[in-house]
Amino acid sequence: MRAAVVVFPGSNRDGDVARALTRSGADVVKVWHAETELPAGTDLAVVPGGFSYGDYLRCGAIAGRAAAMDAVRAHAARGGLVLGICNGFQILCESGLLPGVLMRNVQRRFICHRQFLRVEQTDTRFASAYRKGQVIDVCVAHGEGNYFADADTLARLEGEGRVAFRYCDAAGTLTEDANRNGSLNSIAGIYSEQRNVLGMMPHPENFVDDLVGGTDGRGLFDSLAA
Amino acid sequence: MKARIVVTLKSGVLDPQGKAIEAALKSLSIDDVSGVRQGKVFDLEIASENREQAEATLKAACEKLLANTVVENYTIEIA
Repeated sequence: MRAAVVVFPGSNRDGDVARALTRSGADVVKVWHAETELPAGTDLAVVPGGFSYGDYLRCGAIAGRAAAMDAVRAHAARGGLVLGICNGFQILCESGLLPGVLMRNVQRRFICHRQFLRVEQTDTRFASAYRKGQVIDVCVAHGEGNYFADADTLARLEGEGRVAFRYCDAAGTLTEDANRNGSLNSIAGIYSEQRNVLGMMPHPENFVDDLVGGTDGRGLFDSLAA
Repeated sequence: MKARIVVTLKSGVLDPQGKAIEAALKSLSIDDVSGVRQGKVFDLEIASENREQAEATLKAACEKLLANTVVENYTIEIA
């Protein structure tokens, strides 16, 4: 598995995701946003979390139009894997690789806490190491994570089984309390039509090492590197 | 030519910032306001002297970057 992590001005989780991928056995290189091509042989392009361009205009709006994102779009069109986490998810939505938009959290506060997620799909390159319906314990840290899409898009995502993860409580129940940013249908992550692109607000890369209190994020990187 | 682009949230899209601003206005005893929605204004200059061409350019700017048409509308005013 060869992974390319795209770095924008203001990205700050590129190191963590690179470390998580390396730990699972991937070869990782970083790619500056001005590059027009991904390194030859790239299997997975990663758009990491952070505050690209200071969240100017809209979160992910400027990064979504960077030169490297043209290369990521071409990679995805060839069937290549793309993972966007947090600001990376916002960038994938802004770049047109995923439908919908991440709006300001409904309660207007930046949220930063541990979060349970229910794994909705496991027959993908991203989640095969999990069990369907498994509840995983990861982290969220964002001010704009409130997933919104029009009714038709939402119905399509649900109908095609493209919701990857949902916010839930420890028992796997979808509650209003567990869905603190107000996302429609408690959506925490979605797949593209071909399931080769995944965008998610939570940070699986935070929890790959016992040292920091959890390892439930490993499954995602192990799935990818398998 | 000078132009102004106004980007607003589509109706039905939740605007937590607008709600917070409305609550703040009410806390200042400005009570007769409701339905506050926050938007963005872009003032810019455009090289073209042809109005139609300028409109096409500005429309492209809105569609490609300035507005996220999933949740936002835009209007273009050319001075």
